Amino acid sequence: MIELTETTSGAIASEFLRSRRRAGSPAMGMVMTLVIVVDDETAEDAMAAARSAAQEHPARLLGVVVGDGRGKARVDAQVGIGSGASGERALIRLTGQVTKHAESVVLPLLLPDSPVVVWWPRDAPPDPASDPLGSLAQRRITDAASVPSRRAKAMLTQCRSYAPGNTDLAWTRITTWRAILASTLDQEPGKVSAASVSSERISPSADLLAAWLSDRLRVRVTRHVSEGPGITGVAMTTRSGEISLQRSDGKLATLTSPGQPDRPVALRRRTTAELLAEELRRLDPDDVYAATVKRMVTLSAAGAAARTRARKATR
Amino acid sequence: MNPLRDPQDRRLPRIAGPCGLVIFGVTGDLSRKKLMPAVYDLASRGLLPPGFSLVGFARRDWADEDFAQVVHDAVREHSRTPFREEVWKQLSRGIRFVPGNFDDDVAFRTLRQTIEDLDRARGTNGNHAFYLSIPPRYFSDVIGQLKEHGLAEQVGDAWRRVVVEKPFGSNLATARELNAVVSEVFPSGSVFRIDHYLGKETVQNILAMRFANAMFEPIWNSNYVDHVQITMAEDIGIGGRAGYYDGIGAARDVIQNHLLQLMALIAMEEPTSFDAKSLRIEKQKVLESVALPRRLDLGTARAQYTEGWAGGVKVPGYTQEQDIPAGSTTETYAAIKVGIDTRRWAGVPFYLRHGKRLGRRVTEVAVVFKKAPHQPFSATATEELGKNALVIRVQPDEGITMRFGSKVPGTAMEIRDVNMDFAYGGSFVESSPEAYERLILDVLLGEPPLFPRHEEVELAWKILDPVIDYWADRGQPDTYPAGTWGPPSADAMLRRDDRVWRRP
Repeated sequence: MIELTETTSGAIASEFLRSRRRAGSPAMGMVMTLVIVVDDETAEDAMAAARSAAQEHPARLLGVVVGDGRGKARVDAQVGIGSGASGERALIRLTGQVTKHAESVVLPLLLPDSPVVVWWPRDAPPDPASDPLGSLAQRRITDAASVPSRRAKAMLTQCRSYAPGNTDLAWTRITTWRAILASTLDQEPGKVSAASVSSERISPSADLLAAWLSDRLRVRVTRHVSEGPGITGVAMTTRSGEISLQRSDGKLATLTSPGQPDRPVALRRRTTAELLAEELRRLDPDDVYAATVKRMVTLSAAGAAARTRARKATR
Repeated sequence: MNPLRDPQDRRLPRIAGPCGLVIFGVTGDLSRKKLMPAVYDLASRGLLPPGFSLVGFARRDWADEDFAQVVHDAVREHSRTPFREEVWKQLSRGIRFVPGNFDDDVAFRTLRQTIEDLDRARGTNGNHAFYLSIPPRYFSDVIGQLKEHGLAEQVGDAWRRVVVEKPFGSNLATARELNAVVSEVFPSGSVFRIDHYLGKETVQNILAMRFANAMFEPIWNSNYVDHVQITMAEDIGIGGRAGYYDGIGAARDVIQNHLLQLMALIAMEEPTSFDAKSLRIEKQKVLESVALPRRLDLGTARAQYTEGWAGGVKVPGYTQEQDIPAGSTTETYAAIKVGIDTRRWAGVPFYLRHGKRLGRRVTEVAVVFKKAPHQPFSATATEELGKNALVIRVQPDEGITMRFGSKVPGTAMEIRDVNMDFAYGGSFVESSPEAYERLILDVLLGEPPLFPRHEEVELAWKILDPVIDYWADRGQPDTYPAGTWGPPSADAMLRRDDRVWRRP
């Protein structure tokens, strides 16, 4: 890694070019720019996850650490390519006034023409699409499960501000669940009359899974709280009996369906790098996610209204 | 209609429905190194149904647990994805073994019993694929037994499929016999012929490159293309395959299937859609319009490798390999020139070559373009400029190379060839599944686009049979030292057309 202190975007771009030449390979096989908005604490893990995802989607990785807003505006960067990873990467630290203008640093560093993805591994803006950095991107990835504060509300906030191109890793986490549930239902024609989802107390993924089931199946989905980890079970009632997928250890689940023997199913909780790799596979707006977040907002409004009615009734 | 399915939902992977796979010949190398690891990798990626079952059939005195241990070891050693206990738990509970010979009625009764037990205990619902990883001479025994014991019957919605590996016969007549044996028992939609090349990502990318882009199509014809070279080179000898290889040779072993299929994908017209039928129609049209050169002595070459130094190792010649008779006329190198009689390709020769113990291991398709009709530069300026080429590298180092002229930095105007590289392998390698994963999953899903049908197999033999017959009457093949790029006769064959082989 090359250290650049008190630098500019232009200098970072030249360093990319120089590093590529030094490595003897001026060819660029990169397919996107991935901007990662991090704090000092999470920078290392997030960059590692992004590097691993970049094995599948060679990218220019731009880590942006937004530091203290006081004092003189200053940009520092570490730039590197290669060493076992494809693509290029820079970790850029902003302090002083420039922290308010991070997009001015990032804009000149975007790869020509290729898609731009912004990922907020922890704290995300309440409305990513209108965020100055977020508005540079086709794809905006948030992670409601890892925000440091007000976690219970984080998912709903993202749902309310949904814009095409937004997505949340809480949604990515349930792809494996959804795949097994969908393929199980292939074998069980007939209407589902009820469904339930159990999970640890705060689980944005479970909220989304319940909203998705409710949206697709047009039934009420009940929620149960369990010890975790994460989502621990889903049940769907069909005319011929109950389909249930239970996972208590975060690794191996058991699938029960009517007239069939119980079967073990590997259903591991995936690493951030794997989630990110899945997320980068498609960069067009995710219509199913859009429908699901819409449903979640409706359900939450209905829930709030019901609670108000209940409070009035008891009064 | 399943309400949880939505065509818009492209995150959801295609998971096979409840089913099982029965492998005949589980003790073989292919089975250990490719099939079992591919099954595990599919399970690990969550693409196999819960309750998936794997039944091994072989002449070994094994219990289910012994076989499970064999699978476990094979997976540990050869799988692509990391070994995970929970995936193994899901898979191992469905592993069964049936000991016996291919002509042993008791064994096939046990197999039937095993499959029925699995339907009950694992919920495989009567859906089973039979993978014949065995020499073709046993096909008729096994398929006859499957029929006799009612294992090939498809009751209700349940399916039975059969998977066969190359060689699909050794000439047109034997290919037809083989097909007769298989199709007597299984309908053609239930027969999956595996040509593992077609499962490779790079080969599928040929279709993406040709038909998803605008910039290649306008020049993809005889107005711009000078000729096409399709090469599959191996650096290894015949190794332990003497029994199979001798009498078969390079042309039957590789050109008949892999190279002609690659050629069909390069030369075919755009299919109307990407379903199996449309693809097959287009590939078939190409194979039907292939024309051999009028003089086979000038348009083909064949040779055997002789003792030599290959990559710093001294290696024996073909006739010195174990179990190869001294006077063997089997070729280890074959090159043929074919034309395609269509408007698009009229006058564009396709040169196909394959050999063992060549310079290095490489498979590629090179589309070589005509020279620019006029050069405003002086003859000395363009002396080093060759023909433009587009090279599709199939393996190793999968990708695409474009070769074109560029100015040499400096004051004088000199133009020489440069390469522009797209490394498909380097970029997408992590997620890039093995060919066998893709193909086994397609068998279980019942999606046949990547499998050649018997019509294509027969057409390929029709192309090759005259060449092989011609060679059969011509005694000993030429020779080339191991570790080199083939015999002088192959170079002469291109020189007559005023062309040269690419050094791949």
